Amino acid sequence: MLKGKAHKYERANIDTDVIIPGPYLKIHDHKELAKHAMEGLDPKFPEKVSEGDILVCGSNFGCGSSREHAPIALSQAGIRAILAPSFARIFYRNAIDGGYLLPIEIEESTMKRITDKDELEIDLAENKIVNLTRNNESYSMKPFPEIIAKIVRAGGLINFKYDREEEEEEKRSTRGDI
Amino acid sequence: MTLTEKILAHASTNEKVSPGDVVFAKVDKLMMHDVSGPGVIKVFSEWEKKGMKLEHIWDPTRVWITEDHFVPAADRISADNINALSNWAEKFGIKKHFKYGLGQYGICHTLSHEEALVLPGEVYVGGDSHTNTTGAMGAFAAGLGHTDIAYILINGIIWFRVPETMLFRLIGEKPDYVMAKDIILRIIGDIGTDGANYKAMQFSGDVVKELSMEERLTLTNMTTEAGAKNGIIEPDAITEQYLSERTTANYLPILGDDDAEFSEIYDYEINKLEPIVAKPFSPGNISAVRDLQSVELDKAYIGSCTGAKLEDLRLAANLLKGKKVKIRTEVLPAAQSIYIKALKEGLINVFTEAGAVVGPPTCGACCGAHMGVLGKNEICISTTNRNFPGRMGHVESQTYLASPIVVAASAITGKITDPRDVANC
Repeated sequence: MLKGKAHKYERANIDTDVIIPGPYLKIHDHKELAKHAMEGLDPKFPEKVSEGDILVCGSNFGCGSSREHAPIALSQAGIRAILAPSFARIFYRNAIDGGYLLPIEIEESTMKRITDKDELEIDLAENKIVNLTRNNESYSMKPFPEIIAKIVRAGGLINFKYDREEEEEEKRSTRGDI
Repeated sequence: MTLTEKILAHASTNEKVSPGDVVFAKVDKLMMHDVSGPGVIKVFSEWEKKGMKLEHIWDPTRVWITEDHFVPAADRISADNINALSNWAEKFGIKKHFKYGLGQYGICHTLSHEEALVLPGEVYVGGDSHTNTTGAMGAFAAGLGHTDIAYILINGIIWFRVPETMLFRLIGEKPDYVMAKDIILRIIGDIGTDGANYKAMQFSGDVVKELSMEERLTLTNMTTEAGAKNGIIEPDAITEQYLSERTTANYLPILGDDDAEFSEIYDYEINKLEPIVAKPFSPGNISAVRDLQSVELDKAYIGSCTGAKLEDLRLAANLLKGKKVKIRTEVLPAAQSIYIKALKEGLINVFTEAGAVVGPPTCGACCGAHMGVLGKNEICISTTNRNFPGRMGHVESQTYLASPIVVAASAITGKITDPRDVANC
């Protein structure tokens, strides 16, 4: 269960050059990167965010470069999850495989419904989001595919060991159910 | 199965895979550079702190390192990063290290084809988003972040969601002064910068059959700008010829099945295509060059993995020969080998006599890092691949993306210019 305040940037295509501009790519100190998170869009962003907060953004979030500096900067600034109608593929996998934060796909209408500073609760077990500021209204989220859910539960690839036999066994048992 | 599906099925030892399946695939080749490399080193040291023993990597012969983003060393941090990367490569026995100032070096995606490091049918990953470029060789080529790269360096495998394949059939004959860059900008303009998100973009048709390898590489390079997981072209006689000039390695090309299923099929009549530019601040924000001829420029940039291959330089030089540039113009060949060929062909003379500066291969200005960044309100026309806010410098600078011919024509007049208007002047 994650709980935090929403920071909303409704624009689509928030790209990695905006999230962490090119000149900072030589920096590998994570805390230093956090100071420049979202600098191209909102230079005050790091001051606004507290630990555990949630970003709510337009579609194709994180498009552009493969720089892992992007999820690192956001995560170090305090962001634990991003809700968006879609994510650029490398940003999505970097966020999960590095165990930095959760990229969660939501409906466009949900993104529009949530407003800046709403208190949100994300329930991964139930695949739902509850808006505590709006009478606990709840929204659905797209569940993670099974292998990706396992990596999320492991907290990133570091603790994840791929086991082909286990996967085959799971496939067999799923087929048995049909 | 499509070509992408067949490569992923083969690499994951599955008889069949379908779009949406998540598979763990064996990786054949891996590239990291002076931005993703230091990231990998940091991940390794963190994993070691958590108790992992990391004394060996999976296969040092399948790995190479490039120095491209921050060379020549932009400052002390960049210099330290490059030194750290050298020490790390030595420790893990990585022999293929393309060092700045030591023979062949250049932009990672350019080296992967110039040095024939990736072969048809292979799974190739790189710590850079434009790794898609090398899919033009008939390989599955995708960009990853540095945690994924670190994981592969240890395990030799990584997960992929099998992408749907979108097929782009390029039909007809390519008009003069139209390049692959114009074609791919047109496509991105049509499908949008997330039009191929999570998907593969495959190119076929008469136009592709006739395209040189370098031009094909421009198509796949910019699939990244449509959000694609990979760009791919079936290997043929042109691929074979290109590789035979560069390697003796054997390979078994994989082709897609005749009954492969594509998620979308687009037919493009290339005869009708005109030179295109992408306006600030998106590669999808396109316009015909003709419609923008009043835009005054401060700088012209011919560089990057997208637009500074040998043919790019030849065509730009062809237009600049005997003329003078009217705005600040920079030409940076994408690799040392290309620089040498351009020098031998007399192209470097053409550029310098026209008044342009010719610089060393680097990604520097393309990603706004160093070596010629843009100031506030400056407007640049560039052969590169991205023009997000602040991409090439100040957040209030502007970049127009175009083919090397359009950039050369614009350098001559100082305004965005259709090359057909200056070619015969």
